[in-house]
Amino acid sequence: MTVIGNTVEPKSAQFQENARGMAAAVGELEAAVGRAALGGSEQARAKHVARGKLLPRDRVGRLLDPGSPFLELSQLAGHGLYGEADNVAGGGVITGIGRVRGVECMVVANDATVKGGTYYPVTVKKHLRAQEIARENRLPCVYLVDSGGANLPHQAEVFPDREHFGRIFFNQATMSAAGIPQIAAVMGSCTAGGAYVPAMADESIIVRRQGTIFLAGPPLVKAATGEVVSAEDLGGGDLHCRTSGVTDHYATSDAHALELAREAVGSLNWRKPTQQLALQAAEEPLYDAGELGGIVGTNLRRPFDVRQVIARIVDGSRLHEFKRLYGTTLVTGFAHVAGQPVGIVANNGILFSESAQKGAHFIELCAQRGIPLVFLQNITGFMVGSSAEAGGIAKHGAKLVAAVACARVPKFTFLIGGSFGAGNYGMCGRAYSPRFLWMWPNARISVMGGEQAASVLAQVRRDALAHRGQDWPAADEERFKAPLTAKYEAEGHPFYASARLWDDGVIRPSDTRRTLALALSAALNAPIEKTDFGVFRM
Amino acid sequence: AAAAAEAPRKPLFDKVLIANRGEIACRVIATARRLGIKTVAVYSAADASSMHVRLADEAYLIGEAAASESYLRADKIIEVVRRSGAQAIHPGYGFLSENAAFAERLAAEGIAFIGPPSAAMRSMGSKSESKRIMQAAGVPVVPGYHGDNQDAGFLRQQADQIGYPVLIKAVLGGGGKGMRIVERAEDFEAMLDSSRREALKSFGDDKVLVEKYLSRPRHVEVQVFADTLGNAVHLFERDCSVQRRHQKIIEEAPAPDLLPEVRRQLGEKAVAAARAVGYVGAGTVEFIMDDASQQFYFMEMNTRLQVEHPVTEMVTGTDLVQWQLEVAAGNRLPQLQDEIACTGHAFEARIYAENPDNGFLPDTGRLVHLATPAPSADVRVETGVQAGDAISVHYDPMIAKLVVRGADRQAALRVLRKALAEYEVVGLHTNIGFLRRLAQSPDFVAARVETGFIDKHVAELFPPAARPAMPAVVQAALAAIIDSNTRAARATAGGAASPWAAVDSFRINALGAQTTTVLFGDHRFDVRVTVAAGAGVYQVAVADGSGAVVGRFGDVRTQWTPLPGGVGSSANGGRLSALLDGCLHRSNVVFSAKDASISVFDHGEVAVFKLPAAHYGDDAAAAGPGSVTAPMSCKIVQVLVEPGAAVGQGAPLVVLEAMKMEHTIKAPRAGKVVEVYYKVGDLVDEGKSLVAFEDDAEST
Repeated sequence: MTVIGNTVEPKSAQFQENARGMAAAVGELEAAVGRAALGGSEQARAKHVARGKLLPRDRVGRLLDPGSPFLELSQLAGHGLYGEADNVAGGGVITGIGRVRGVECMVVANDATVKGGTYYPVTVKKHLRAQEIARENRLPCVYLVDSGGANLPHQAEVFPDREHFGRIFFNQATMSAAGIPQIAAVMGSCTAGGAYVPAMADESIIVRRQGTIFLAGPPLVKAATGEVVSAEDLGGGDLHCRTSGVTDHYATSDAHALELAREAVGSLNWRKPTQQLALQAAEEPLYDAGELGGIVGTNLRRPFDVRQVIARIVDGSRLHEFKRLYGTTLVTGFAHVAGQPVGIVANNGILFSESAQKGAHFIELCAQRGIPLVFLQNITGFMVGSSAEAGGIAKHGAKLVAAVACARVPKFTFLIGGSFGAGNYGMCGRAYSPRFLWMWPNARISVMGGEQAASVLAQVRRDALAHRGQDWPAADEERFKAPLTAKYEAEGHPFYASARLWDDGVIRPSDTRRTLALALSAALNAPIEKTDFGVFRM
Repeated sequence: AAAAAEAPRKPLFDKVLIANRGEIACRVIATARRLGIKTVAVYSAADASSMHVRLADEAYLIGEAAASESYLRADKIIEVVRRSGAQAIHPGYGFLSENAAFAERLAAEGIAFIGPPSAAMRSMGSKSESKRIMQAAGVPVVPGYHGDNQDAGFLRQQADQIGYPVLIKAVLGGGGKGMRIVERAEDFEAMLDSSRREALKSFGDDKVLVEKYLSRPRHVEVQVFADTLGNAVHLFERDCSVQRRHQKIIEEAPAPDLLPEVRRQLGEKAVAAARAVGYVGAGTVEFIMDDASQQFYFMEMNTRLQVEHPVTEMVTGTDLVQWQLEVAAGNRLPQLQDEIACTGHAFEARIYAENPDNGFLPDTGRLVHLATPAPSADVRVETGVQAGDAISVHYDPMIAKLVVRGADRQAALRVLRKALAEYEVVGLHTNIGFLRRLAQSPDFVAARVETGFIDKHVAELFPPAARPAMPAVVQAALAAIIDSNTRAARATAGGAASPWAAVDSFRINALGAQTTTVLFGDHRFDVRVTVAAGAGVYQVAVADGSGAVVGRFGDVRTQWTPLPGGVGSSANGGRLSALLDGCLHRSNVVFSAKDASISVFDHGEVAVFKLPAAHYGDDAAAAGPGSVTAPMSCKIVQVLVEPGAAVGQGAPLVVLEAMKMEHTIKAPRAGKVVEVYYKVGDLVDEGKSLVAFEDDAEST
């Protein structure tokens, strides 16, 4: 394999400017994540702790093996989604992959300091996304339950639909059926629909005088039947461990419950399939990942050689490039990440027919060989214009989209720059079910750029005005375009995307290699499937 | 003597049995090996895997752990001599080494005993007889009465003549038992009674002697050696004044600050003492010496090699075990008096499994971790144990003797202090810290030694426990974190190569951190370790029990090398190198599962921390409130409580019979019986309440 030469000039003015821009974006990201990580208000957290409960992040920390990585998902879920007054930090639930007794598990931990742990629409979406990842990658699930159930004011957006609250239990049942263990620890309320989380689990734990499980809480019981009963007697640890049998393990504290959860995972007899990939010894890249910001910057108009990005992600900065001299706006090649083989598909300019065909070919190779695919998206779209259309760009692009859609090997997508239009599809956007999708803080995602969209709409309007014989002063046109541009800019921002779970999180460029290595390894818990491609239009 | 010196040398024995264990057995084996002599070890069941058994050429099991069942069993040892074909027995010290009957029996059976003739042993075995002999030979003895008249009035009269203070001692005594100091005449009778009672209890004999008591006495002893050809020499003196519980703890040679004339006389008198009893082999003549006048008096003679003989070897360049073997073979002493010189100064510190803060009470247990200073020409570590071995209740709790040498006393002390700082033991209490304080005590450094040294320096030698140094806290926490992380990583699915096996607490968009708690006595430290730049570089913040930050360290760079761990050792730990505030600390950090402790050995200081135990309570004990129910359909066989009875947790309440088995229903928690619903003979359905029960927790 060829070592990618280092062409970066860290002293250059452009590098410096890029680095400054990226550093600012990363700073905003860290600040936003830091705020979300606190969870609810200081008052809510103090109240939580005063009850002898651990904060959800401390619960996760204790559940995981000491010192082990935690691949947290969707940290910015719910960011600004319900307005300033209704801050659902982190979506009110912490999700991520972590190591428990040596086993990579999906952890779902309610944050009761955020809206009492109730399920907002984004909470449901984040919970379901975690379950989807667990299912696709066959990761045992550990639910740390502390939730008031569905958020009643938002019931219409959380209760009835296919991808709403009920889907959580559907997933538990069907994952259990598929042999993916489901473990629940009840560390607080677990009311109404929420009661099914422990009830649907393979094995469940409850903390005495703290965890409660009931279909209806004391107020509802009183209203319905007139019975007056305490929460503890109605659905506490003693009732459920001694009488109802809803829970299997009796914990005396949060710490105890987490230790029991660890033991439950330790008793899974879980074996990760090995030998799926021809692994080799991991090697660090030759070049500093800290330079990624200086290479890429935040100005999407400024091109860079994506090989310099690849060189800071893959083992030994080595890339066995495929069709290096053909369709050069798409870089394809084989490399290793932490010893694991991957096929890389990375934009290096606009997609032409040749690049699309090359990409489809390369994806076929990886699917044939069972090699996971990594997409590095920085794409304004496919080439337009009469020459491109005549050259069959539509059918060649379709080949790439079809290959991406059908490939059954694990796919990982990083948005490292622009992600616009059909380029998003051809480069394995969210709709193409990559196992994971992350954005860099400089990335932007929309159907097209804000200026283009405004120009298109302005053009349509000008044509309409012209048809009526009216004139459109330039100042008016600018006034027309400005809000459109602003809207696209806002909606294309990675925080906007992440708040809505269009991705699995926004990450620092320098964490790309670690994030990919962990995700790739976690994905190997599931067998790599054979691919059947559909009809390629030739 | 000159003629004898020219006699042909007789061959040494080919095979020697060592009727001992521990460090002295290993010591004898070392010399025998060097001389090409085969060694035979005997051992008790408790010593099956001990060092002396491993080092010897042959080893024989002779009985159970108790010394009376093994190391004191002359018959079994003689049987092993026969089976192994050994020609001689080296008795070491203790056990049978001063047992005249044993020596006689060996002589009768034609087995050589590497020790003095039995007659000399008998003469020296009795304190009063030995003093009579010494007086006759012109060796000064402490003024006193050592006779048979045990009448209290007579003894009082003797005491008055000697002049107070006087010492009352059991004739058969040792180890301070039955010993009383009488300051005033009017206390004599009461002290005498008390001494006799204790003597009778300890030795089965209440005979006592009375002698002059010295207020600032030093214990000075002389190593003597005699051969069968009529030669007798001394190898200079040792000072063993510093004692705890009347047992030596630190010894040195030569005795400091002796007047040349006194030293010469000591040697001469010691040789005279040996000659007086027709002594052969290695012996020690012990004197008590008044510090001020340097007037010395004979106390007793030990007819064996002493524990502290290595200090003499260090200053005379001899191997006294080799001398013993030469003498036993009938050869002349390797050196005559004018050939023996005393060069430099040597110390021996006895490292014991004992707790100085608790009256030097012996401790027992496994040596979870043991690291010793590197042996050299100036540092000898005499030991019979290694990491993983146990110090048992059956034998002496000595772990090792640390013997050092220097050009002069100060040089030797410096070596001693450094070597003690390098001595690391985890698993049981030791006196190492105490010895270190002793070795730097100004009075000890100035050689102001006396037998009452420890009592007079209590404040200095037993300082109150200090708070640990902050770097030690950080090192304990770092080591605990690194160690537990490493263990967890080892169990990662997909093996150590998996990206998931990383232990840097990787977090997306944030720094990974871990908090661990270590306890030091009543002090609690919560140490938060933030991974600053990949594994190995941390920011550390230490909070005390109140949550106040009491220490902060940035850019802590660490390296961790796991300790190899000894044979059968349960030691687990590593060498931690940590840069704290610009100072590089390189320490061994050892974890002991036995007591969840972390020992940090840093720059010669040890700090022992504990990890807080996880107490989760017992869910079976934490029963549901309200009532106690029948676990199955059953018949009541017995009702054990009445309403109103207060019962403790686990108290039996009712006995049931079901499926032909009896079951006792016990109180789930402490509480009060409110009502018993059934009587004997009643049939009860499953799940019915048997006893209404009000538990204490509910009522509070």
